[in-house]
Amino acid sequence: MSDTAVSTTSIRGFWRSFRRSRMGLIGLFMFLVVVLMAVFAPAIAPYDPKEVVRVTIDDIYAAPSAEHWLGTDDAGRDVLSNFIYGSRVSLIVGFFASFISIFIGSFVGIVAGFYGGRAENILMRFTDIMLVIPDLPLAVVIVALTKPSLWNIIFVIGALGWTGSARLVRSQTLAVKQRKFVLRARSIGAGNMHIIRYHILPMVLPLIVVNTVLVISLAILNESTLSFLGLSDPTALSWGQMLNFAFTRGAMSARAWWALVMPGLGIVWAVLACTLLGQGLEQVLNPRLETHHLAVGVQMVDRGAEVQA
Amino acid sequence: MRQSRYLLKKIGWALLTVLIVILLNFFLFRILPGDPARAGIRDPRLTQDAVAAIRERFGLDKPVINCFESLNPVKFGSCGVNPLDTQLFIYVGNLLQGELGISYHTNRPVLDMLKEQLWNTVLLIGAAQILAIFFGMGLGILAAWRARTTIDYTALLASLTFWSLPTFWLGIILLFWGSNQFGLPTGGKATPGGNFATVWQEWADVGRHLLLPTLTYTIVFLGEYMLIMRSTLLDVLSEDYILTAKAKGLRTVQILKDHALQNAMLPMVTIIALNLGFTVAGAIQIETVFSWPGLGGAIFEAVGRKDYPMLQGAFLLIAVSVIFANLIADLLYSYLDPRVQAG
Repeated sequence: MSDTAVSTTSIRGFWRSFRRSRMGLIGLFMFLVVVLMAVFAPAIAPYDPKEVVRVTIDDIYAAPSAEHWLGTDDAGRDVLSNFIYGSRVSLIVGFFASFISIFIGSFVGIVAGFYGGRAENILMRFTDIMLVIPDLPLAVVIVALTKPSLWNIIFVIGALGWTGSARLVRSQTLAVKQRKFVLRARSIGAGNMHIIRYHILPMVLPLIVVNTVLVISLAILNESTLSFLGLSDPTALSWGQMLNFAFTRGAMSARAWWALVMPGLGIVWAVLACTLLGQGLEQVLNPRLETHHLAVGVQMVDRGAEVQA
Repeated sequence: MRQSRYLLKKIGWALLTVLIVILLNFFLFRILPGDPARAGIRDPRLTQDAVAAIRERFGLDKPVINCFESLNPVKFGSCGVNPLDTQLFIYVGNLLQGELGISYHTNRPVLDMLKEQLWNTVLLIGAAQILAIFFGMGLGILAAWRARTTIDYTALLASLTFWSLPTFWLGIILLFWGSNQFGLPTGGKATPGGNFATVWQEWADVGRHLLLPTLTYTIVFLGEYMLIMRSTLLDVLSEDYILTAKAKGLRTVQILKDHALQNAMLPMVTIIALNLGFTVAGAIQIETVFSWPGLGGAIFEAVGRKDYPMLQGAFLLIAVSVIFANLIADLLYSYLDPRVQAG
């Protein structure tokens, strides 16, 4: 935990280790697909979701056809186009909310771990209390009482999701603080800010990066849940909101599976991508033995960073 | 001596957390823009008198908090009022008497409604948690034992996928599939207007309604339990005492059962407790999809109806339950592993 592998110090070395993790590679690929889809949405999507459409009764929940590969939704709009544009909202919320979480979490963790004493006591007690209060019900209450705009949702998800990161960063900071080079820096007169900036932060950063990827996946899940519960910005169509519309506006009784399946698969894809990517990164930064004394047919040899999964 | 001090400390922190939740619950509903007074009485047909009467009935005409002039220079709150006559004092006083207010929507006491719903949620969560823990741990043990084999990778990938599933979406898909293919009920706890000859038939009906929500819940939570069990067991199995046990010639099953699992169980207890927050989050989604009359569904409906006393009460009950479940897990953990008390 306290040491990061030597091979990760350069980008090339990092890539060489990361390449060995099959899960990480799959995750990276899946992640790039979503990001590209979101960035090039106008070029890929066959229709513009904001365009005004003239709808007859036959266009509502129309089954997949050559014109609409994934059929149409409750308003007669193209599900595929909505799906492609929806990735934008999920990613925006995922990125921004997790940045807020990681920022608060890292700040609390580093301050608590580095300064110790009363600051640590107060901060970690506060973290423990926040950890116990259930996130989603609280988020539902806050969003229900405020205006459900995109930024409110980002802020609420971000402001509630930092506790895990804070604990993680704190324990890593505590470990780094004990190392000789911190003592050495202090003995030649380095101040607290200097030590944090040049000695603690670089050693804690890899952990923060891994954690960010995992927090993004949680934020995407939370966003989709809030949107499904009808607590989302009505002008920002996300995957969760597509499911909310389909579920509350009769897709079940119309047996319109096309309006229900794709948005969910999109969420699973994005979340799984971040999770696998996070696992891959963790294996590089914190390699551990994947075999043991009772393993079948494998000798217990320390293969170091050669771990595959 | 040390044990009782540890006990008191843990209970003290739990009570402090409850207090913070109560204050949070009170102020959130009064500071945030959705003012309960305006939201509950939005009907334009109401006369001024009627609005005043409703405000008085729900105590919304009183000042929110009292301002202690000497203590707070910014003069937050209303100054010069009797502190006993503020909404905060009345709210806390009512809570102590188990009075959670009256639902704006049904006009019934919130506490009565919550009591019914709590048991429905406990029934749903209880059944699913037991199944998820059982199968998740079993799969985790299997995967750890057969580490780096096809079995392990398959189980690992399946668990990560299960973990990534949005609970509500899995519910929708299972509901769609189950009701179309097998004619399972589409929601609720019992067939409306059902007339049953025996209690057993009535229970069978509830069971049929429970089937899909429980399945959804189990799948979502199984993944996480499997992942934790696998990684903990991998750590334990690399310890030297496992090698010693193997050198003594003990059978694999024996080593797993008597040496490895006992130590691997400890983190599981913590994870199960920490998971309660997520469990509740799952309840909101599943009960919404399956119209299950529980606490989670109540939160969702209260949001839609702007029924603030109900939302407030349901959130309080959920938060307090999770806090106390955590406390119990903490105490259980310290009983199972007395070393934590020293730390």
